[in-house]
Amino acid sequence: MRGRALDPSEVGVRGAGAAARELSLRRALRRPGRLAQQAVLVLVSVLFLFPIYWMVATAVKPDAALFVNPPQWVPTQLVWKRFEEAFTYIPFLRYTWNTLYISLYNVVATVISCTLVAYGFSRLEWRGRDALFFVVIATMMLPYQVTLIPQYIIFSHLHWVGTFRPLTIPAWFGSAFFIFLMRQFFLSLPSDLFDSAKIDGAGHLRIIWHVLTPLSKPVLVTAAVFTFMWNWNDFFWPLIYLTSQDNYTLSLGLYNFIGAVARTDWGVLMAAASLMSIPPVVLFFFAQRYFVEGITLTGMKG
Amino acid sequence: MRAVGVPGSGRLARREVRKILLGLLFVSPWLVGFLWLQLYPILASLYYSFTDYQILGTPHWTGFANYARMFLHDPLFWVSVRNTLFFAAVSVPLGVVIGIALALLLNARVRGLSLYRTIYYLPTMIPVVPAVMLLAWLLTPSIGPVNYLLGQLGLPEPGWLNDPAWAKPALILLALWGVGGSVVIYLAGLQDIPATLYEAAAIDGAGTWQRTWYVTIPLLTPTILFNLVVGLIGAFQYFAQAYVAGAFGGPLNSLLFYNLYLYQNAFQYYQMGYASAMAWVLLVFVLIVTLAIFRTTGRWVHYAR
Repeated sequence: MRGRALDPSEVGVRGAGAAARELSLRRALRRPGRLAQQAVLVLVSVLFLFPIYWMVATAVKPDAALFVNPPQWVPTQLVWKRFEEAFTYIPFLRYTWNTLYISLYNVVATVISCTLVAYGFSRLEWRGRDALFFVVIATMMLPYQVTLIPQYIIFSHLHWVGTFRPLTIPAWFGSAFFIFLMRQFFLSLPSDLFDSAKIDGAGHLRIIWHVLTPLSKPVLVTAAVFTFMWNWNDFFWPLIYLTSQDNYTLSLGLYNFIGAVARTDWGVLMAAASLMSIPPVVLFFFAQRYFVEGITLTGMKG
Repeated sequence: MRAVGVPGSGRLARREVRKILLGLLFVSPWLVGFLWLQLYPILASLYYSFTDYQILGTPHWTGFANYARMFLHDPLFWVSVRNTLFFAAVSVPLGVVIGIALALLLNARVRGLSLYRTIYYLPTMIPVVPAVMLLAWLLTPSIGPVNYLLGQLGLPEPGWLNDPAWAKPALILLALWGVGGSVVIYLAGLQDIPATLYEAAAIDGAGTWQRTWYVTIPLLTPTILFNLVVGLIGAFQYFAQAYVAGAFGGPLNSLLFYNLYLYQNAFQYYQMGYASAMAWVLLVFVLIVTLAIFRTTGRWVHYAR
């Protein structure tokens, strides 16, 4: 509709009156256009939010209300026992603690190692630096399957399989993605701050601690938040390396829960699923800016 | 060795060496990790791919036997290839189109932009295992809300994860639920388009659709390229969702994706040589596809400058 009204082939030949008429026409059309746009956006929002709503709604509905046709869209009665059941059916606290430990360990180790490495790739000048940085970028493209099996064999020779170590120790070696992100950020910082710190006789570690990190909070928080999320959500690496119930993460524990008890006990499953989703969702609301920023950086410079 | 008569040059060289050593010291965490957990494993897996290697024994050389078995004698390999290509061919283009459409809707100075952006991004925060559980529950035949609504609309009610023909579409729906991640990237790409181009187009009398088609989309192509490549590589490596969905259904190998089969060979059948060969085929395939896409970019990717 709007496209027809504004056909550019008419622009050259029409008079001023026609142009004015069209301008008011365009204004008149804009309102329903805006309304349609809002309608689509709201509809999509409902589609995106409904599953999350359904997860929580299922967790709090009484059993009798779960298996009815038509579905009970709004719970008429709330029950909370499922959240307790989730804690008693499986060692939920244990899983949570394991997941938290792995995630936080990775956050600390990743941020420290990547900061040092990215500093070496950005604020220090040395021959071979950019060639080596090219290798960092190249490793980002590498499918992890190609290193998976030899890594597993290395870790099993070290007797690390079945412990947290394969999921934690590698974080000390940095992650190509965050090294890349931080290097770009560090390069954008003004040089004179670093120069004056050097003139004052500050060593590199002091410069990193007192000059670099305070200025680089956005990128450091982005790295921390993403590292936490990835480790909290991760399913693959725990599946490969964790072998006993005692050191299962939430992902792995919940997955086993499906087969063990609850393939059809949807109420408890959804309660457990809701509980596991709370930390990332809460983190998202607090650190949304950093998510958007991090994603944007990857998208634009990638 | 020092050049006599050029005073200071030796010192200079030594300064240079010191700088290099200092640089290497700072990047050493990455360098050690790269040599130990990447470069060596890459070479080792290439070697394993030419061997028969059951994890307990030692690898022994079998030449191209793994590759021959894969391409000529293993129907499951081809099942996994077909499943993965189907998933990639449907979910990635759909994700690109829907992602762009939503970003365009959001970009037009719409009221409540940040709220919508939050809502669209929120599903990507739900971890894989909960998300797949939720998918299975929403799509449960006969009592799930999705099939109920389909029934009310007079549409067929698929068996979803229980039906070999519908299990992959179910996972494609799940992938599209996470489209918000790319919407945020497209929005950033849209904000990079200079306003002057829109003004010029408006002066030329271009309407909304024409500006979208002739200005916005062409200048968004670098972002589309990025999302396309990342999306395809992600689809070729699809694993966790399919693995978890296997607990709810996926009959007749309908959810046997490439990486799932690789995982089974490595960690259930302990065929480390065969699994390594699969990993190398994947690597070469990903490289070829990526290069092929970049070869075409001259024809469809436009840069603002």
